[in-house]
Order: sequence, then structure tokens, then C-alpha cells
Amino acid sequence: MMNTKDIVYIALFAALMAGLGFVPAITIPSIGVPVTAQSLGIMLAGGILGAKRGALSIVLFLVLVAVGLPLLAGGRGGLGVFSGASGGFLLGWIAAAYAVGYIVEKYWNKLNIISAAGACILGGVVLLYAIGIPWVTVAASIPFMKALMGSLAFIPGDLIKAVFASAVIVAVKNQYPLISK
Amino acid sequence: MITLQSVNVGFNGRPVLEDVSLQLQEQRVGVIGLNGSGKSTFARLLNGLQLPDAGAVSVDGFDSRKDGRKVRRRVGFVFQNPDNQIVYPTVREDMSFGLKNLKYPKQDIEQRIEKALSLYGIDHLADRLTHQLSGGEKQLVALVGVLIMQPEYIVLDEPTTLLDLRNKRRLMSIVRELGQRIIMITHDLDLLSEFDRVLCFHDGKLLADGTPEIVIEKYLNTCDK
Amino acid sequence: MISLYYPATSPVHKLAAGIKVLLLLILGTVLFQVEQIEILVGVAVLVVSLYGVAKIPFKLAFGQLRPALYLLAIVFIAQIFISDLETAIFVVLRFAILILAASLVTLTTMMSDMIAALEKGLSLFQRWIPVAKVSLALSLTIRFIPVIGVITQEVREAQRVRGMERNLFAIFMPTIIRTLKMGTEIAEALDARSFDAEDEISTGKSKK
Ligand SMILES: Nc1ncnc2c1ncn2[C@@H]1O[C@H](COP(=O)(O)OP(=O)(O)O)[C@@H](O)[C@H]1O
Ligand SMILES: [Mg+2]
Repeated sequence: MMNTKDIVYIALFAALMAGLGFVPAITIPSIGVPVTAQSLGIMLAGGILGAKRGALSIVLFLVLVAVGLPLLAGGRGGLGVFSGASGGFLLGWIAAAYAVGYIVEKYWNKLNIISAAGACILGGVVLLYAIGIPWVTVAASIPFMKALMGSLAFIPGDLIKAVFASAVIVAVKNQYPLISK
Repeated sequence: MITLQSVNVGFNGRPVLEDVSLQLQEQRVGVIGLNGSGKSTFARLLNGLQLPDAGAVSVDGFDSRKDGRKVRRRVGFVFQNPDNQIVYPTVREDMSFGLKNLKYPKQDIEQRIEKALSLYGIDHLADRLTHQLSGGEKQLVALVGVLIMQPEYIVLDEPTTLLDLRNKRRLMSIVRELGQRIIMITHDLDLLSEFDRVLCFHDGKLLADGTPEIVIEKYLNTCDK
Repeated sequence: MISLYYPATSPVHKLAAGIKVLLLLILGTVLFQVEQIEILVGVAVLVVSLYGVAKIPFKLAFGQLRPALYLLAIVFIAQIFISDLETAIFVVLRFAILILAASLVTLTTMMSDMIAALEKGLSLFQRWIPVAKVSLALSLTIRFIPVIGVITQEVREAQRVRGMERNLFAIFMPTIIRTLKMGTEIAEALDARSFDAEDEISTGKSKK
């Protein structure tokens, strides 16, 4: 059950997500793909709060985006961002946070940087793309392979984020564990 | 009346409060002691935020373990850091939080808020964003947010620590006027001169209990070495 | 907290937030059934003229599309290669309409009205969704975004003194730990103000 603490952590992580939106995106010059800090926040939400609370914090964050707060990287927000081709990635964030949290919970007692990184990559990269790319395919009527190739440019940045996130997740587990197993 | 009966509290096997028994019925009670002596733990016991490991705490006959909600309803709590107590984006909304929890009807809530805002002289802050207030204003808002729920007792845990001299005076002038019974933790020994009773904790035990002069003297003799 | 709301008095602004969102959902569903470009153009004209009715300046309206332009351009070019020019126009137009319509709702609805409508909508599902908790969580997030901004700033300054301002790990860790510790205190403050009284009354029986 959700107690007061759970609600507060969920809200604070949604606020942290918003904070990550103010971190300027680094653009990879050759391909013009922006790498934002918010997809890092997804992994942290799941890895620090666990599956349920992590996913709910992302839901909460997206609800605030939807009601018109410009909280996505680059000051984007409003309902419009969900009706674009990248809407699938935004909704995929919820599942991604859940998956990262789920795996981290499974490995909680012997969590280390490797298993945490595995969780971040499986949930925060593989699953996320498995949701986002078909969405683009359908929404923009582009063949699957084209959409996949177009997304490859983001992968290196995402892998770096996964490694960084796992280091943070393990460190937070040691200092202030919130998942009890 | 608040009663503690041989209360013990420990964290991770380490005792933090040991065998504390007392009855509080004075209008204003001060609590002093070194950092880590158990003052906050004591304060949190009074409104059921902390339950005793052994012994019992009761407020007007309600046991904090069995009737937690009734106890909390009777005992308001003001924390040291106002930032963590203000939960809504604007002052007016924050005032409504406790009243909503007590299930007052909507119209009643609005009236009570207007009344409290003017009674404590913070009408001008009503529609300000809480995060833009000064530290002193925030602590006032936090205090009024508790007062508006009309508790019988108010526990204040170092409410003036983060305030400058002027804001400290302002807060204390309000606290002094309150009809409720006050239990205030502080390191500002000057503030306690007109209190009815002062408790001093030392290493989780009640070191002294009595009038301000006597207890403060004992505190200074024991701890200021 | 800044929001994307554009204040003006217009029929679009006046329309209830819940209705606007509902209309948007219907539009989103219907638009994907449409196959004739003529209808699409008609809807586009309608949406753009609603921007006029809502007195939203052209620059602001176009600004809603700008972040998506990059993606729309890719989709457009890809479609030309895969199918033909007409399909390319069709697909991109459909996106543009959806984005513009959704942004119109956002631009003409105050955040507080939107949240109120949301809570009202949620209360239909009261039995499954704890509305009071959701509403508290929404307020808490809005309240604590600036607080977390301040914490981050303090951490960065502290790390700059130690020459670590470029070390992201040294920025993230203290910020997160401080935020979590703050969370524990906030939760206590909420309970101290009888937040837990909530479930007892709404469900008619206490837990435990
Ligand atoms: N939740 C907790 N978990 C573990 N230790 C705690 C907790 N709360 C307080 N303590 C410990 O209990 C002791 C007394 O703390 P506290 O009552 O806050 O003292 P004071 O308010 O007088 O400074 C301290 O040593 C503190 O570290
Ligand atoms: Mg203390």
C-alpha cells in the first residue's frame, strides 16, 4: 500500500525529473541528435524507488507536462507533445521505469554496478525503444527498419546514461536505501 | 494533559530515550539539551509521529499507540525547517491542507482561512508563492498552517533556529500570545525565561525538570564543560 | 511556476477544461480514420481559425510546432521516398493538426483548471484511484520543483569550491540524498497535519 512517505517520494522524483529538464541537452554534432538528461531520470526513478513508485513518479511527471507545464527538456510541454511521433517514447518512459525498478528489486540483495547497468539497459533502453519505435512506425507510417535506423543514433548516449545511472543507483542503495527486500 | 509512562525509544539497538516518565499540564514548557540528547525524539513522541518501544504516551487520555489519529489531531507540530512543512505552491492553498484532512466543508475552510490569515497578520502573503517567501515568513506560514487546525497543544521543535533576530522576535511574540499549551524545544535559553517549566535531556535521560532558572543552571553546569 | 497558459478572454478560453480535453481525444481518434486529404485540410483550417478566435498571436501558435519540425521534416522526406508526395503531405498535416489542437487546449486552459478537471475526472474512478493522494502528489511536485532547483544550486556551489563542478556524479549524489532526506521530513510534516486521517474517513474503516 501507498503510505505518506511513498507519495512524497513519488512527488519528489517527479520534481527531480523536472529538474533534469533544465539540464541543457548535449547535441551530438554529426547527427544532430539531442541527448537529454531526462531519460537518465527514468532509470534513476525505477532504480531508486523501485518498480511501482518509480513508474508512478513518471506518470505524475507526465501528467504535469500534459496539463501544461513546460517541463520536458527544451521547455516543451502541454498535450501537444503526446500527439507527436515521439509520444510513444514518453509513454514508454513509464514502462521503462517500471522495468528498471522490477529488475533492480529482483537483484536487490546482490545489486552491483553490473546488474544495475543490466537493469538500466534492459528497461531504460531496450524496452523503451521496443515501445517507442513501433509507435513512430504506426504514427508516421514509416517502415519499421527505417524508424529503427533513425533511432540508432541515440543508442551510444543511452548506454553512457545507463552506466552512469547504475553507479548512482548502487551508491544510493548504500547510503539511503528505499527498496526493502 | 500529556502523560509519559516509563517510555523507552531506541534506534538500531541503541537507546535514545530511557525510562522517561512525566506529566505535562503547564501552559508553556521548554525543552533543552545538547544535540543528539533525544529532544526531537521526545517531541515526536508527543503527537504519535514516534511510538514508544516500551511504556506509553497518552494525550488527554488517548493512547498514542491505539488512538494515533486523535492524538495527532490534538497535538500540532512545528518543525525546524519550514521548507519541509509547506506542501502547497501558494500560502492560501497550504492553509487549506490541514482543514481538508479534517474534512471541514469547503465553505467553512475558506472562512477559517480568511480568519486565520488576518488574525496572525499574514493576509498580505495569502496569494504569494510559498517558495518565494523569506525564511521568517515561511516559518510563520508553517505555524499558522498548524494553528488553523486548532490543536489543544503545539509542539515546536527548534522553530527559531533558522531565523534572524527580527523574525525570531516576531514568531515568539505570536507564540507568547497563543491560548494553546506550548511545548517548545530550543537552544535559545533567553526565550525560556517566562516559561512555566523547563525539561533538560541529557544522553536520553531527563537530567532536570523544574523552573527555568534552576534547570538552565543545571544544564549549563553539566553540559557546558 | 511558469506555465504555457496564454491569458485572454475568448470562447475557447471559457470552454470547460474537461470538455476541451474530451474534444481533443475525439479529434485524435477520428483523425486517424480519415482518408481524404480534403477533410484533413478542412480540419486544419478549422484548428488554425480557432487560434484566431482564441486571440493567440501567430508567432506563439507557430512556436508550438517548432520543436516538432525536425521530426516532421524527417517523416516528410521518408514518406516521399517510401510512397509519394501526397502521402507525405497527408501524414505531416495530420501530425501538425494534432499538435496544434493539443497545444491550443494547453494555451487556453489555466493549469489550476486543468488539474481541477483532472481531479474531477479521476473522482469518477474513486473506487480504484485514491484521488486525494493523487491531488496531494500533484501539488507537492509543483511545490518542490523550485526547492530542488535550490538544492542543486547549493550542491553545485559546494562542489565548485572543491573543484568538482564538472563531476556529474558529485553533483547528482548529494542532490538525490538531500532530496530523499527532505522527503522523510516532508512525510512526517504531512502526517503531523493529520494527512493520514484521510483513508479512515473515506473508506469508513481504519486499516491495520
Ligand atoms: N530515525 C532515526 N534513526 C536512527 N537514529 C535516530 C533516528 N532519529 C534519531 N536518531 C538518533 O537518536 C539520537 C537523538 O536524536 P534526536 O532526538 O533528534 O536529538 P536532538 O533533537 O536532541 O538533537 C541521535 O543520536 C540520533 O542520531
Ligand atoms: Mg532535534
